[in-house]
Amino acid sequence: MTPKFLQSSRRGFLGGTAAAAALTTLAVPARAQVEVVPLDRYQPDYLTAGEWAFVMAACARIIPSDGDGPGAIEARVPVFIDRQLAGDFGAAADLYMEGPFNPGSDAYLGTQTPLTPARIYRDGIAAVDQWCTDNLGSPLAELEPEDQDTVLRALSSGDLNLGDELREFWALLVQNTKEGYFADPRYGGNHGMQSWIYIGFPGARANYLEWIGRNEAYPLGPVDIAGERA
Amino acid sequence: MARTDPKRDVVIVGLGWTGSILGIELAQEGLDILALERGEDRSTVPDFRYPQVIDELKYGIRFGFMQKPRNSTITLRRTLDEEAQPMRRLGSFLPGDGVGGAGIHWNGQTWRPMENEYRLRSYVEETFGAEIIPEDMTIQDWGVTAEELEPFYDRFEYMAGISGQAGNIKGEILEGGNPFEAPRSRDYPLPPLPQTTDALMFEQAAKAMGYHPFPRPAANASAAYTNEYGMQLGPCNFCGFCERYGCINYSKASPQTCILDALKRYPNFAYRVNSEVLRVDLANDRKTATGVTYWDEEAQEEVTQPADLVILAAYSLHNVHLMLLSGIGEPYNPQTGEGVTGKNYAYQMNGGTTLFFKDVEFNPFAAAGSSGISIDDFAINQIDFAAEGFIGGSYITAGQSNGQPIRGIALPSGVPSWGAEWKKGIGDWYGHSMSIGSHGSNLAYRDCFLDLDPTYKDRHGRPLMRMTFNWKPNDIRMTQFMRSKIEPIAQSMNPDSWKSSYKGDGARYDIRPYQTTHNVGGAIMGTDPNASALNRYLQAWGQHNVFVMGAGAFPQNIQYNPTGAVGALAYWAAEAIRKDYLPNPRPLV
Repeated sequence: MTPKFLQSSRRGFLGGTAAAAALTTLAVPARAQVEVVPLDRYQPDYLTAGEWAFVMAACARIIPSDGDGPGAIEARVPVFIDRQLAGDFGAAADLYMEGPFNPGSDAYLGTQTPLTPARIYRDGIAAVDQWCTDNLGSPLAELEPEDQDTVLRALSSGDLNLGDELREFWALLVQNTKEGYFADPRYGGNHGMQSWIYIGFPGARANYLEWIGRNEAYPLGPVDIAGERA
Repeated sequence: MARTDPKRDVVIVGLGWTGSILGIELAQEGLDILALERGEDRSTVPDFRYPQVIDELKYGIRFGFMQKPRNSTITLRRTLDEEAQPMRRLGSFLPGDGVGGAGIHWNGQTWRPMENEYRLRSYVEETFGAEIIPEDMTIQDWGVTAEELEPFYDRFEYMAGISGQAGNIKGEILEGGNPFEAPRSRDYPLPPLPQTTDALMFEQAAKAMGYHPFPRPAANASAAYTNEYGMQLGPCNFCGFCERYGCINYSKASPQTCILDALKRYPNFAYRVNSEVLRVDLANDRKTATGVTYWDEEAQEEVTQPADLVILAAYSLHNVHLMLLSGIGEPYNPQTGEGVTGKNYAYQMNGGTTLFFKDVEFNPFAAAGSSGISIDDFAINQIDFAAEGFIGGSYITAGQSNGQPIRGIALPSGVPSWGAEWKKGIGDWYGHSMSIGSHGSNLAYRDCFLDLDPTYKDRHGRPLMRMTFNWKPNDIRMTQFMRSKIEPIAQSMNPDSWKSSYKGDGARYDIRPYQTTHNVGGAIMGTDPNASALNRYLQAWGQHNVFVMGAGAFPQNIQYNPTGAVGALAYWAAEAIRKDYLPNPRPLV
């Protein structure tokens, strides 16, 4: 078995040498050997099948798969969102939820909806899918990517207005997608630390004293809280 | 259910920085002390240990170490005729929760105000004339001077192991320090931290323009250090998880790293967690406090805790809330200008310019909370207020404090916030930007204040505190002036592109995005019982056995991060209590 300290970066932190190439072929990150449930067979904790399809489709447009770097789907962001909605975040466990509620207040005064984030997703998805069905003939997930982008742009600009209680839906969806993309893999997204590799964030290494003031690229790949390397 | 516990000599409300300082200083007097902390107990191990605390989602985004609005929040309105709405989710500021308070999750910038900031109204009147003070501006003097407080800044800085470079020791100006600072009696206890690439680039540019760059004073230890209580710090390893996190490395000064283990050894000191003080109980004649009443979460009952001396050491906003709920000081009335409790709430006016360099590797994840370089060439004592048309000042600064990706990746103008272009943008620009910031004063105004909300209640059925606050033209002119100084520095550095973000004309306060946890005022100190809630020793004018710590005492906000002044005032008050009050309890003024 390969000792843990040799389970090195897929970027190859020794970079380019023959030794590094040899090491890299030996180095299989332990996490990669663990079977993960493919997204099409994932059983959501909170989202219904229709809602799951919506979140899959929306995330795939917010962080698309084409071009350099992982998309939200490769990072398994929908799993992250489902778990967050099933937990304290979805339940507004930390928020002040006493009335009276004035959801139409000036946005600068902060969220005033009586709905929990989980409920905002539920009602927001239903409202957007209804709009898509009425105007474009099918729910968001079944539209072509160009049409999906058009709908999401309308949602982001407020042209597709879901009403005051759901005013935050788009902002939550974008924020949660980025969270699932960048958060530690323990939360279900950022699969294989791919987003960290893409931007060059070393994750939980948390020790850089010798690197201060050096204008050169940091050579080591990320580690996560579980101690896995990528 | 209710119970009454045996009387204590001292009860301390809140066990953060000021509660810990007052706790250990008064424990040395042999007093029987009980500290009540409404949050949980916290220690470096297990609460801040590596790698569990290196979790951006849990602590940086979901605010694991902060107060939950469900348990404690405020309402906000910007004007007297707006209907205040509750702050349902944290955003603009992040009060701490639990043992250590905000002292565990700060970045560690530890400044001393300028000499003229303690006597701002007098300084303006003497230097420029009273007529330049806008009609609605309610700035006041603190009632103490830089010279009086110097030994107490020294005390706090040596307790906390501050890394820095003196600029003025007893009037002698020293190369490499801040030449505009108030005289200090000796250098910082530790040398400055090493500097990151962005700070070094700013330093070079500032120097080339004739400014006077110096290292930011940091409560991140640059070397091993042992303080007066025998507490030990280790050198900061630039982990990049400082603000919003407890320190994994015993490097950031906090109650945990600098005081608490020493304090807990005093047999005459005890503390209870999950114990939220509901009010200060006053004697029938209201001239003294008899103790406090708190909610014991574990026992699920109210507890009456008698005490001879009550120290309010919660976060500044919560101290004011308790004063309003308990009838300590006349509530401030913005119509008449009368009353003192809640008066002169102020915040911090910040702005900044972001610079993009595609060929520079900033490695933003390699960061301490408060390494960095500043200039004070446009500080509050360097500006001709009459000529410039505003009262105030800023320090200007660069120094990355983290590279956590969820908290935001700076992107050049025109890059959208989602979609393929956003993904390309984060790949192109993560690690290739830096910023130059302005950290500025925010003055006091007749209609910026704290009182009790008429509608919303907390979980104990108490009225929430209502904040009335908005940005004012004077402070917007100040930050625009700083913009006019920062942008030429940025341009001189030849970035590929840059963009600015400063409050402009008509800017209104937005409670959603994080700005700063520098909420000050509301329990202001001063020389006149009709114009301030506390006397110069932080003693309530009306109840001589109540002392109120924290930045609530600032009559308006300074141009600096408040913790240095909060720490110095705590030692100043502790000395007054030890030397003057305890031998003869009475109003000290």
